[in-house]
Order: sequence, then structure tokens, then C-alpha cells
Amino acid sequence: MRDVAVVGAGMTNFVRRALETPKELSYEATKNALDSCGLQLDDIESIAHGSAPDAFDGIHQKGEYLADGCGGFNKPTMRVYVGGATGVHSLIHGWYHVASGHFDTCVVVCEEKMSSAMPHAQAFFKTIFDHTTERPLDPTLLWIFAMEMKRYMETYGYTKEDMAIVAEKNKNQGIKHPASQFDTEVTVEDVLNSEVMAYPVNRLDVSPVSDGAVAVVLASDRVARQITDQPVWVEGVGWNLDTAYWATRDLYYPRYCEKAAWMAYDMAGIRNPIEDIDIAEPYDPFDYKALHHMEGLQLSPKGKTVDLLKDGYFDQDGEIAMCPSGGLMGVGNPIAAAGTMKIAELFWQLRGEAGERQVPGSPKLGVAQAWGDLMQVSSVVVMGN
Amino acid sequence: MGNMEKWVSGGTSVSEKDIKAGDIFHTFDSLDCEYTWDCGKAIGKYLSELKKGNIIAKKCNECGRIMLPPRMFCELCFRPTDDWVYVEDTGIINTFSICNVHWDASRVEEGEDPPLPAVIEINGATKGMGILHLLGEVKPEDIKIGMKVKAVWKPEEERTGAITDIKYFKPY
Repeated sequence: MRDVAVVGAGMTNFVRRALETPKELSYEATKNALDSCGLQLDDIESIAHGSAPDAFDGIHQKGEYLADGCGGFNKPTMRVYVGGATGVHSLIHGWYHVASGHFDTCVVVCEEKMSSAMPHAQAFFKTIFDHTTERPLDPTLLWIFAMEMKRYMETYGYTKEDMAIVAEKNKNQGIKHPASQFDTEVTVEDVLNSEVMAYPVNRLDVSPVSDGAVAVVLASDRVARQITDQPVWVEGVGWNLDTAYWATRDLYYPRYCEKAAWMAYDMAGIRNPIEDIDIAEPYDPFDYKALHHMEGLQLSPKGKTVDLLKDGYFDQDGEIAMCPSGGLMGVGNPIAAAGTMKIAELFWQLRGEAGERQVPGSPKLGVAQAWGDLMQVSSVVVMGN
Repeated sequence: MGNMEKWVSGGTSVSEKDIKAGDIFHTFDSLDCEYTWDCGKAIGKYLSELKKGNIIAKKCNECGRIMLPPRMFCELCFRPTDDWVYVEDTGIINTFSICNVHWDASRVEEGEDPPLPAVIEINGATKGMGILHLLGEVKPEDIKIGMKVKAVWKPEEERTGAITDIKYFKPY
């Protein structure tokens, strides 16, 4: 197995209702990533890409449709799709292409355009539930988030205000990201006063609906140093899938995330993640999920996460910078692309190129994580310089 | 920010107004998606028992779990499950939500009852084995985790062998 580095990254702005097609968004991100490391498409040997439900675009088997925009024409191209976990899983999928020795270079590109589906992409989530035992109840995806958030808060005595601190922190951090779809500061009060979508979830507890694409370029150890002086290495990868009988799990804790994290940490030789990890990009489509996942990622003791959050432990200049990118809450949530945005953020952070968002003290190790399907799958990538 | 600015493409936002005004290309597909889903052996029996007003589970003698919804194989032990077990039509609320949004993202209107989804741990099944269902005959503000609830069944002649043969669960 060969060492694999990220050598370039690029993205589009995350926006509501982009005029670009999914292919055009994919092209922008892919081209930007290639330009960032001075490569041409001819230099790329394989393409790994990801996108979440086909239903959003009304194009079935979207992978093949997107391939042109991803640079996949006449190249070995594969799509990965595990719902919200796709963005990080696609990196793992690209990592295999290179680690296997089959290719020296691979572009990983993830795209999502949520705005095509009318009147709202939310409606298409109904079909992820079991058709016989759940769908007749007219479920919305908000239900399972709301119920998980409630269970999580109840277990540890966390309050709505506690969760809103994450929304405030990530959204305001996201303003520093040039591709963010937000430019307005929010406060805990704003979050608590926003429309109640599904108690205990208010509108500002949720990430926005977004369009966008993100790409990164992978290279083997053999060629990475020829491409850049500052490769960022994929130190560990992990993934795990829990049962689709989601109501039979205790929703207060993401067990699948813990298993995925230890798989990645073991590979990276990390024994004490709290000590070793400098930057964490946990998947945060809802504010509570950032904290839920910090516990799953072994970066915070169960039930102590809000205390650490309030103590500034997870600030940009804290012990472990949590979502310095601004996360999905702060930058936007084009589902698959949002996970890859976290990979790109680690790349920029570990190279010291994150501008206003730069975590001080020359961070050495970062972890990115994404989560999806029926709240049951996590993908985790550890990156180091 | 390094040289990231030059990488960022110009995204363009379109407002809801532009769509309503017809300034945006728009197409409508009506897909006639009909499915004859097989319920399978376990869910088939589960549904036929619901029609009779019973909740039935399946036990794995290896791990001892009494599972809902019932299944023909135990996903933990990866072996066929064993006995059918009738469980209660009562349980406790594991978690819940008060939802102001319908499945299609439309808002619950003034005066309309919000959907009250819950995970309900059914008495007689293994602790922690919940199912998704709805709550009813309860004020949203009175719902608590740990509350005891009981199934409210449709009248026998209206049951069709579906999860909706239980209208909802109410406190008792």
C-alpha cells in the first residue's frame, strides 16, 4: 500500500440556486483543483466522484451524467454514494485508487445541486425510509434529526441554548470563508427566536439548502513531491455502517462514528486523539450534530462537550479547532460537496493557507468526518503534514 | 487566504421571486411510479397481525433479542431467527418531536395539528427496541421522554394490514 497525499483543492461558491448545471459546477471545482497544483487533466489517471440522491436532480444514475464535468470522459471513473457521508467517503474511494498502486493521480470531486427539485428537496427524503413500516406515516428527514437531538439533549441535560452556541460559532466562523453563502452574523438569541421547524429544531439550528462542488487532487508518494513542496498526507481512513433499524439504536451516541474513527486513528497510529488532533471538521448539518460527532470522534468525553465548547476548547484558537471552515452550518450544505469541503479545509489549514480562518500554531493533524443515509454511516479521514 | 480567491467561481443566486415570475426555465415531470412491494415473510406476518389488533415480534435464541419490526434473520448473529412472540400494544416514549413541517416541506397551517413523531419502545420487546410511530390525544407541551403510551387502533373493519392500522399512541 502506497502513501497518498492531497496536493490540490478547489471549490465553487456555495450558493442557493446556482445558475450553473451540476456538470458546470463539477467542472469549476475540478478545474480549480487542477489549477491549484498546476496540473492538466491529462496528468490525471483516474476520477473518483460522489453525489447524493439522484432524485434531487431528476436524473437517474447521475454519476455517469456528471462524469464529463468531473473530467471523467474516457478515464477510469467511479462514483460513490452513501448519502451525507459521500463527501468524505469519496476521498477514501479515491485514496484506494492511488494507495492500491493502480494510479499515481486521482481527482476526487463531489457535487450537489439541491435547488433543482421543486418545491423543496426535502420531499425526496421520504423515499429513504422503509416503504412498509415507516413511509405510510409521512416521515420527513427532520423527524429523525429532531428526535436524535432531543434524545441527545435529554441524556446529558443539554439545553437549546447550548446547541445554539454551535450555530452561532460555526455560522460566524463561516463568514470568513470566501465560498460561504452567508455574510450575516447570528447570535444565540437569533437561533432561539428563529422559526421552530420540528421541536427541538429551529430554523437556524439547521444548515442551509445549497448548491456547490468541491474537488481535491490526490497523488502517490512517488509523484506528490514533484507536484508540490507541501503535500498533505492521508494518514488514516475509516468508515462504518450501523443498522437501518434506526429506531432500535440509542440515538444519543453515534456508535458507527466511533468505530469509523478508531479505524482511521489506528491506521494513523493515533492512540490519544484528544491530545494528537489539532483540527476537527465534524459533519454539522445540524448544530447538535457537531457536538454529537465530536463525542463519536473521541475528541470530547461524553456529556462534557458543552462545557468544553463554552470554555473555548473548540474555538479557532482552542485546543482542538472545531469546524474552522465554518462547517455546513457556516459555509453551506450541498450534501456530498459539503463533506469534501471539510477535506479541502484540512488541506488549506495544514498548509497554512486558510487566511482569516487559519488555526494558529502550525497545526499538524486534522480529522474530517461525514455522516449520512438513515443516520447510520460515517466516514472519517485523518490528514497530516 | 493563500490564493484561494482565484479558485472560487462566481456563483449566482436566484430568488424565489424569479421562479414565480417565470424568469427561470422550469419543467414538470409526473412520474407514474407504482410498485408492488413484497413485504417479505416477517413484515407480512407483522402486518397481518396488526390487522387483528396484535403486535408480533421475532426472537433470536442466540442473542435472546425479541425484535421489532420482526425479521427472518438476526442481523447481529447472522442466523435465522426463531420464535414468534406477541408483545404488548403499550410502550414508553424513547424520544419525540413536534413537527411544524410536513414531509413535502410545506408548513403546518394555523389550527392544524402538528405531526407528533416518536420512537416508542414496545413493552415485551427487548429494551431499547423502538419503532417509529405517531402520538395523539396529547398536548404537545405535555409529551415527555419516558411517558407511557398505548396504541389506539383503527376499528377492525377499517384495518388494512398496514402500520397505519395503529392510528397513533396515546398516554395511559
